Amino acid sequence: MSVVSPTVTQSSTCELLPSSGSELLRAESLFCERDERVLFEDLNFSINAGEIIQVEGPNGSGKTTLLRIMSGLSGAYEGNLFWKGETINSARIDFLSNLLYLGHKPGVKAILTPVENLRALMGIRQSVTDEQIHRALEKVGLYGYEDVPCHNLSAGQHRRVALARLYLSTDELWILDEAFTAIDKKGVKELEALLQERAHQGGAVLLTTHHELQLESGFKKLQLGKSAVVKEPVTTQVVAGEVR
Amino acid sequence: MNTSVQVSTPPSVMHIFITVLKRDLTLAYRRRQDLVNPMIFFIIVVSLLPLGVSPEKSFLQEAGAGVVWVAALLATLLSLDSLFRSDFDDGSLEQIVLTPQPLFIMVLAKICAHWLVTGVPLIILSPMLGVMMHLEFETIKVLMLTLLLGTPVLSLIGAIGAALTVGLKVGGVLISLLILPLYIPVLIFGTGTVQAAANMLPIDGYIALMGAIFALSLTMSPLAAAAALRISLSN
Repeated sequence: MSVVSPTVTQSSTCELLPSSGSELLRAESLFCERDERVLFEDLNFSINAGEIIQVEGPNGSGKTTLLRIMSGLSGAYEGNLFWKGETINSARIDFLSNLLYLGHKPGVKAILTPVENLRALMGIRQSVTDEQIHRALEKVGLYGYEDVPCHNLSAGQHRRVALARLYLSTDELWILDEAFTAIDKKGVKELEALLQERAHQGGAVLLTTHHELQLESGFKKLQLGKSAVVKEPVTTQVVAGEVR
Repeated sequence: MNTSVQVSTPPSVMHIFITVLKRDLTLAYRRRQDLVNPMIFFIIVVSLLPLGVSPEKSFLQEAGAGVVWVAALLATLLSLDSLFRSDFDDGSLEQIVLTPQPLFIMVLAKICAHWLVTGVPLIILSPMLGVMMHLEFETIKVLMLTLLLGTPVLSLIGAIGAALTVGLKVGGVLISLLILPLYIPVLIFGTGTVQAAANMLPIDGYIALMGAIFALSLTMSPLAAAAALRISLSN
């Protein structure tokens, strides 16, 4: 079988990171098969506090599938997941209380206004005030659009409504699937800054994007897919972003 | 803005229930033209019967309760597919499943909203249709009482089917197949109660049984629907 095990950068890199901390989520010998095609096999990696990990790979290489597995949405895998050392099933409540998952489909209702959307999305997780929601919307550049139904907003603005949750979130782990889709250059910069600030504060981020991340401090890359590149040991240990 | 990693106070169960209920009612209000559909269907089915079968008073009195009940059941069935569909399509359902709170509370809130916007209008419309069917005033009261106990059951049981089929691209037919057998007892006892009342027989036993069915489905079906939702989302 022409399956290549995905690799992640070695721990030597993360020791250099200033804020690498305790282990949050660990995947052990993860295996996933879809439509009789093996997406990844024997995948081992962990996300530590203060880390940003970008999952890379061509379309159809299983990035979204991996993120759905890591967030506990999908059970279609073999292997083990550990949250802070405990299996994900026994630590389910603690895990979910500390997870923010932003999927492909952002969960923004087109016929609700941004404020109503955030109120509904955040209200079932943590107590937020309307003032906090307004401030978060202001930060993502939706000031003045608070009460406009989302179907009147552009695709990028629609996405920004979902991203406003990041400014409200107190969760330790963020799993972001294609977070940069439809966001303009300035927005991407702001988002990168937010992710970085987050990592400094001890949060962890696992994300996929086709955008070239430009972060000052280091971040790890997790390469999926069976491209020939992955086989070469030099490129398997992809490290991007040098430590300042 | 303080974005540091900290422990936030989780909202209470009641707060979550109200948040979801409010959201679903707002959504329903914004799409009110969709809501009218089941109601119009309900009225049309009942009002076509005298035209199609017989306008005889004796026949209508005999069949009236049954027709109103069947129409209410079908109208509910018609609206079930939308219960989780739009939430599934735009990703809201993932967010609901990924909260640390018990999922069945949120499912119960969604079912409650569904009943408020489909079941309650049917109950309110039923006296008018009862009059059309030449039902006695006392019988209409009993009909409304059975619908009050029965329509929540229709929404509750229907939610299980809707949750099971939400992940499928074409779930419409499957819902009916899954749910209809479970609807039969409610229908039998619902019409049976009204029939008994029309024949001046005691109805306490029927009402008690309908109450029991309601209690059973109220406690069990949110749990079943929550489990079904997890399955639907996991692939």
